[in-house]
Amino acid sequence: MNIIVPVKLVPDLVEELSIDASGIALDTAWLRMIINEFDDHAIEQAILLKEKTGAHVTILSTNVEGVDDLLFAAAAKGADRLIKLTGDIESGVNNHALARAMATIIRDLKPDLIMTGVQAHNDLDGSIGPQLAEHLGMPYIGYISGVNITGDKLIVRKEYPGGLIGEMQASLPALLGIQAAEQPPRYVAISKVRQMMKTMSIEELEVTSLDSSGAPIVNRMFQPESGERATMLSENADEAANQLINLLKELGTL
Amino acid sequence: MNQDIFVTIEHLRGKVSEISYIMLAAARDLAQGTGGKVVAIVLGQNAQSLASNFNADMVLYVDHPLLKDFNPEAYQKTLTGIIDEYKPRAVIFGHTTIGMDTVGGISAQLGLPLVSSVRTIEVNGKLISQICGGKIMAECNLPEPTALITLVPGGYKPEQGQITQSPPVTSIPVQLEDGLRIKLNQYIEPETSDVDISKEPLLIAVGRGIQTQDNISLAEELAQAIGGVVCASRPVVDQGWLPTSRLVGKSGSTVKPKVYLAIGISGAPEHVEAITGSDVIIAINTDPIAPIFNIAKYGTTADLFDLVPALTEQIRNIKG
Amino acid sequence: MATTAISHTPSFSESFFNSLYKVENGERFRTCLQCGSCSGVCPFGYLMDYPPGRMIAGLRADEFDLVMETDTVWMCVSCYACAQICPSKIPITAGLMTRTKEELLLAGNVPSELQSALENSQRYGNPMGESPRKRADWAMGIQPQVTVLGRDRRPVDVLWFVGDYPSYHPRVQLVTKSLAKVLNALGINFGILGPEENSDGDTQRLAGERGLFEMLAEKNGRIFSKYQFERIITSDPHAYNALKNEYPSLGISYPVQHYTQFLAERIDQLKPLLKQEVQAAVTYHDPCYLGRVNGIFNEPRILLEAIPGLKLIEMSHNQTSSLCCGGGGGGMWLDGFQWEKAHARLSEWRVHEAVDIGANILAVACPYEPPRFEDAVKMIQQAGQLEVKDIVELLAEALG
Repeated sequence: MNIIVPVKLVPDLVEELSIDASGIALDTAWLRMIINEFDDHAIEQAILLKEKTGAHVTILSTNVEGVDDLLFAAAAKGADRLIKLTGDIESGVNNHALARAMATIIRDLKPDLIMTGVQAHNDLDGSIGPQLAEHLGMPYIGYISGVNITGDKLIVRKEYPGGLIGEMQASLPALLGIQAAEQPPRYVAISKVRQMMKTMSIEELEVTSLDSSGAPIVNRMFQPESGERATMLSENADEAANQLINLLKELGTL
Repeated sequence: MNQDIFVTIEHLRGKVSEISYIMLAAARDLAQGTGGKVVAIVLGQNAQSLASNFNADMVLYVDHPLLKDFNPEAYQKTLTGIIDEYKPRAVIFGHTTIGMDTVGGISAQLGLPLVSSVRTIEVNGKLISQICGGKIMAECNLPEPTALITLVPGGYKPEQGQITQSPPVTSIPVQLEDGLRIKLNQYIEPETSDVDISKEPLLIAVGRGIQTQDNISLAEELAQAIGGVVCASRPVVDQGWLPTSRLVGKSGSTVKPKVYLAIGISGAPEHVEAITGSDVIIAINTDPIAPIFNIAKYGTTADLFDLVPALTEQIRNIKG
Repeated sequence: MATTAISHTPSFSESFFNSLYKVENGERFRTCLQCGSCSGVCPFGYLMDYPPGRMIAGLRADEFDLVMETDTVWMCVSCYACAQICPSKIPITAGLMTRTKEELLLAGNVPSELQSALENSQRYGNPMGESPRKRADWAMGIQPQVTVLGRDRRPVDVLWFVGDYPSYHPRVQLVTKSLAKVLNALGINFGILGPEENSDGDTQRLAGERGLFEMLAEKNGRIFSKYQFERIITSDPHAYNALKNEYPSLGISYPVQHYTQFLAERIDQLKPLLKQEVQAAVTYHDPCYLGRVNGIFNEPRILLEAIPGLKLIEMSHNQTSSLCCGGGGGGMWLDGFQWEKAHARLSEWRVHEAVDIGANILAVACPYEPPRFEDAVKMIQQAGQLEVKDIVELLAEALG
C-alpha cells in the first residue's frame, strides 16, 4: 500500500510574532519554523500503519529553510521516500496554489491513501486536505483520530464535539485530515537522523506553474488588542494564594 | 448580482450546533452591508423543525436519507449544487469538523475564493481572521464573486442569531445517488464517567504547564479541597493523562462554570472558544504574554507548583 | 580436527557488550566480580528490575534483550555512586547506564517528559523550550552591564558559560545574579554568550542522546571560536564536566573551571570584602558532578569557611559518599516517571540528612539543586525553616 503524507512548516509560536514593514505579512527576521503539529501526527499515523501493514510511506513538502531536517527526521522514524517541491513555490504559497501543485505531482505517484494534518495555524484560505482531495477526485474526511485498514476497507474515527466519535468508512484511494495519531509523535534520536542524512536522499521535483487563485488578498495584519487584560494578582505564590482565597470568597465559591 | 448571504447550518443528532447561531449573527452583519437576505441552508432528513428560531430571512431545506447525518461527500455535493445554482454573495461555513470538511472541496471545484478562521465581519464587509494561535489577526476584503467563509466562534453571541419568529422554509430538491464513497457506520459515545464537566460550576483545568501526569495530583487535591472538578486542555488528554470526558475545547466539551481556574494553560483558540461562557476565568501561567490573560478576568504569573499547593493548604485550613 | 563452518552473527547482548569496550576503560567490564556493591549503593537500585550488577550479569548470560524490555534504567540518575564504589573500577555510569539509555532511545522507548526536554534542547538550545532570544534576560538591570559577547564585541579574560537553568529558571536566576555581583566586586573582566549559548548537552548525553550532545557541543564550539577569552568558568558542574572531559574529544578544548575553583583561587582578594556576617549553621551538599566525578571537594568549603559568622557542618554522607539530589542523568526530566515508581524523591532523603544534623542552610553548588531541594523542603514537615542557597548566594549576601 502506498501512503503519501504532505507536510509543511509553520511559524513557531514560542517566539513572539510581529508584522513586517509591508503590513501584510509576518516579519521573518526572528521567525522560527516548526513542523505543523497536525502534520507531525499525520507522519506518526503513517508510520504506525506502515508498522501494521508494511505500507510504503512518502513524505512530501516544499523546499523552505528547515525542510531537510524535517524530512530526514521522518525518514529516521521509518518513512521510505522523501520529496520536496522546488521552484517558485519556495517563496511562500497559499494552500490553493499548493494544493494544485501537489495534485499534479501526486497523481503520478498513485497513492492509496493520503494523510495530512487537518489544518495549520497559519492557514488563511482553508486547509490543504479537502482542496487536494477535490483536485485528485478522492473522498475526504477530516478531524481524524484513528485509522484502520483491513484489506481495502478504510475505517476512521472522526471527532465531533463532546468527545463523540463518528466511525466512518471510505473507499480507497482516500484523503484524510489528521487531528491526532493513535499515539503522540515518537521521539527520534539525533544520531538516527544524522545517519539518515548520510544514507537517504531527498528527491527534488520542480513546480513549473503556480495558480494561487481562490485565496483572499490580505489588506493588513495586526496583533489583537489585549484590551481587557486580566487583573494581575501578585507573582508571589503565597500572596497570590491569599488574594485568590479572598476572590473566591467574594464570588461565593468559598 | 445576488447579494444574499447563505449560512450552512450545522446539526448533530437532532440538535442545532451553537456555531450555527453564531454564523447567523455574522451573516446579519454581512447582509446589512451587501443589502441582501440571510438564507439558512439546512440539509437533513425530517429535519425541517430544526430551523425554528433562526435569525434568517428564509430557510432552504433539503431532505434526503443520505443527508440524515453529516457525510462529507453527500453534503459537499449538495452544497456545491445549491451554491452553483443560487450564486449568493457569500456562504458562511462553521470552522468545525463539519464545515471544514466540505468548504475546501467546494472552493476547489467551483473555483470560488475561500477565507478561513474569520472571527468578525466589519460593517463595511471586511473580514477579520484570527490565525497563529490567536496571536495574529488578518483583514481581508470580501472576495468576489461568491465568498466562502469559515467562521470561528468568539466574535458573536449565539443569542444574536436567534429570534422568536421562525423564517419561512422552502424545500428544494437534490440529486443524490447511492454509491457514495463515504459512509457513516456508527456514532461512538465517549467513555461514560461520573462527571459531566459541562454542568460543573467550579472547574480546575490543567494544561501543558502541568508537565507530568503525576503533577495532576496537585490539581486533584485542590479540586478536592475546594469542591471542584478537574478538567484539561488537549495536550494533557492526548498524552492519556486524563480521559476525553475531561477535555475542554473544540473537540471536547464547552463549559460554563461560575469559576474556571486555568492552570498552566496558554490560551489557544481551540481551548478558549469552549470556556468563554464562564463567569470568571482565573489564569495561572508563568508566561506574562500568554493569550489566556486576554480573556481571563484575573491572572497571576506565580509558579503553579508553588501556588497550587499553597492554595490547597490555605483552603484546607479555612474549611477545617 | 574438523571445524564447523557455522557463521556467527553476534547476538544483541554480544554486540552491546562489544560496544562497551569503546568507552574509556571499557574492557574492565570483563573483570566484574558480581560483588553487588554497585546495585547496593545505587540510590534507586532497589526499584530496578535490573540494577547495574544484574545488568552485567544479563550481558554475560546473553539475556540483555530482556533488560532492554524493562524501562527501569530510566531510574538511573547518573550519580556515579556505582562507578565510585566498584572494586574493579568499571566505568558503569558512563559505559553501561548511558549506553543502555542510548539503545532504548534509538528504539524509541523514551518517557514523554524526557522526550520534550530532548526535543526542546534540539530546537531551542535549552530543555525548557524557552526562546533563545531571552537567554540573557536575567542580566537586565545589572550594573555594571553584563558583557554579552555577540553584542559588545571585545576580548575578555573570562567567558562565563551560564547554562540553561541559571539562564531561565526564576529561582536559579537569583544564583546567576549573585555570581555576577561577586565577579563585579572582584573586578573580573568577564563576558557571557547570551542568546548564542546552547545547552552544554551533558545531561542530554547522560540521558542517552549522544547525537544531540554532539550537535550542541559543535554549536557551542563554533561560537567559542568567534571570541577571545583566556578561560571559561561556569556555575554548573554538568557544564563543567562537559567542557572539561567531553568537549576536548570533539576538538573543543579550553581551560575551564567551576566558579568555586575560580573564586577559591582568589580567596585572598575576596575574603576582605566579605564584611556582612551570615550567622547560620551551614551544611554543604557535594554535587555529584563536582565532587564524586571531578574530585572538587575543598574549594567550595574554603569559600564557605571564609564567610564570617558561618559555621560549617557535615552531613553523614559527604564528599565521595554524597547522596545525589536526583537531577542528573535526565532525572530533572523524569520526575513524574521516577515518582510513579519510587514514591520517594532522592532530594527528600538529602533534606532529611540536613535537618538531622541541625543545619539552618543547605548550601549547594549546582543549578539543579535549589529548585529540587526547595521542593523537597516543602514536602517535609520537619524541614520547616531550612533554607537552600547556592554558595555564591551566601557570598553575595556576605558582600553586603
